[in-house]
Amino acid sequence: MSSVAANSLDPASAVLLEVRGVAKRFGTREVLRNISLTIAEGEFLTLLGESGSGKTTLLRLVAGFEEPTAGEIWMSGVRLDLLPPYQRRVNTVFQNYALFPHLSVRENVAYGLRVKKTAATEIDGRVDEALRMVKMQEFAASRPSKLSGGQQQRVALARALVNRPLLLLLDEPLSALDANLRKQMQSELKALQREMGITFLFVTHDQEEAMALSDRIALVRDGALEQVATAREIYAHPATAYTARFIGQTNLLRGEILDGMARCGAIEWPSDDPGGAAIFSLRPEAIRLASDAVALPGTARFRAALQQQFFSGASELLEVNCSGQLLRVRISARGPLSGEHEFVFSTADAVRVQE
Amino acid sequence: MYSNAYKKLVSLPPLLWVGLFLLLPYALMLAHSFWAVRDGMLVRQPDLHNYVTLFSKPVYAAVLVRTMRIAAAVTLCSLLLGYPLAYYLSFHAGAPKELLYQLVIVPLWVSYLVRGYAWKTILGSEGVLNGFFEYLHLTHGPVAFLLYSPFAVVVMLTHIYTPFVFLPIYAALEHIPRTLVEASEDLGAGAAQTFLRIILPLSIPGLLAGATFAFVLSLGDFLAPLLVGGASSTMIANVVQSLFGAAYDRPLGSAISVGLVIITVSLLVLSERLEKRWRYQ
Repeated sequence: MSSVAANSLDPASAVLLEVRGVAKRFGTREVLRNISLTIAEGEFLTLLGESGSGKTTLLRLVAGFEEPTAGEIWMSGVRLDLLPPYQRRVNTVFQNYALFPHLSVRENVAYGLRVKKTAATEIDGRVDEALRMVKMQEFAASRPSKLSGGQQQRVALARALVNRPLLLLLDEPLSALDANLRKQMQSELKALQREMGITFLFVTHDQEEAMALSDRIALVRDGALEQVATAREIYAHPATAYTARFIGQTNLLRGEILDGMARCGAIEWPSDDPGGAAIFSLRPEAIRLASDAVALPGTARFRAALQQQFFSGASELLEVNCSGQLLRVRISARGPLSGEHEFVFSTADAVRVQE
Repeated sequence: MYSNAYKKLVSLPPLLWVGLFLLLPYALMLAHSFWAVRDGMLVRQPDLHNYVTLFSKPVYAAVLVRTMRIAAAVTLCSLLLGYPLAYYLSFHAGAPKELLYQLVIVPLWVSYLVRGYAWKTILGSEGVLNGFFEYLHLTHGPVAFLLYSPFAVVVMLTHIYTPFVFLPIYAALEHIPRTLVEASEDLGAGAAQTFLRIILPLSIPGLLAGATFAFVLSLGDFLAPLLVGGASSTMIANVVQSLFGAAYDRPLGSAISVGLVIITVSLLVLSERLEKRWRYQ
């Protein structure tokens, strides 16, 4: 397992949060192992991972709901992990929103300012502004139970943002919404983050959501960071087979490199990589029908029999069998196919990954 | 689906039970309250003279007021003991939570009478408490007010009803989603603010249910005054008991009982309404 720590996007932007060698154990169960991660000011960073991978625990450590077993967390020069949650300039949007059921929308949003003894006139102004920002002014007097999931989501956002946190933590905030609403909230969330310039630390298990929203993705696997990079980089250059499979669809070709040739079953191409056993990730859309492509240098060809064809509008997914090796190929829609075909891919698209 | 005949058959036993052991006795009690006793004989001529007696003789009002004051004191003491206990167990007890919960419940398995006698042993002039005070040289000779006083009644009833107050409060606290507490802390509230602004308001239905238990059960209690109360703490149920027994005036006793039922039912309705107002989820 490797962890490739990419540097932040913009070298000029300052580091806001720094997680240094953090570990967390619950009893004998090791939930997080030696996590180091930095988040730049204004960045949208997503912790992506399967359920139980430890991503939510990492978020809770930053929020202050759990204490790390080892390591330190720093924010803007302050040792964060030693402070109780109520003294951290961090606010959280909870997975189930956690709105206070006995308070109105307005009182919910005002809560953080009220407990900090902010002047009443200032509270009014800031709460109005926050409600306007999430388009919930007209529901100010409603109780949370009267609101739909999407509306509750907006109130939860306003309740956190009204405190002007340095860092906003979002724990799978969209997972309870239906697909259409989720898309809409994704775009609103992204717009809000750009507008306010607040740093977002976002947790999700949905790789599409992670790719759509994030500046960088930190892929968490079994309590460790698998890879940290921009969505495009992680998609184009996955460091490991796990990453390649988790982010997008891929074909994992197992084989070896010998005498300057990569051989994976019946497929082979020249490679100047160091020799030995090798795994390559080849995205389905990197493979084309040979009849569609002009012959170019640096391409590899193979013949494979069509097994299944799934039509999905603009494109279709083919499942093909190349001498016993099953591959997925995504081509633009072109009508029913059958029998054996020749396929081609650019060898640069076969990315060597670690196990 | 169940057939109509089946539905009728299964609802018969409970209907019979309620009719025979609840509605019929209440009807008899109500009827009695309008009757009279003359020369040791029950006279079935309905009029309101029992109720007139209740309102015209100040002794009954005085006993009722005392009963309510004792019940209020018991309610207050049980809340002051039960709420912190429930709060501690629900939020801070950690692993021994289950064990502590059982320990709170255990006294409920012990006979009411045994617990009453235990208090007699503790509070009596030769009792454990007086012995302890003398051992510490705090007092010379027994402290008299400990036993056979309203104080003793309040102590004993508080001991008996605290678990009843604890249980609904504990249930209400257990139902508060812990993420609400985290959200409150996340928004900058410390433990005290979180308790006052979030936990306490959300536990009010449980608190009301517990208070109603303690008050209503104390209101109808007659064993505690009998065992540890003495003459100075006669409660309304003792009056009813003596009217039904030695005084042989069941009609007047029934009239008091009817009054007590009206007070109790009104309290239950009020408490139910208040609980609804404070329920959100």
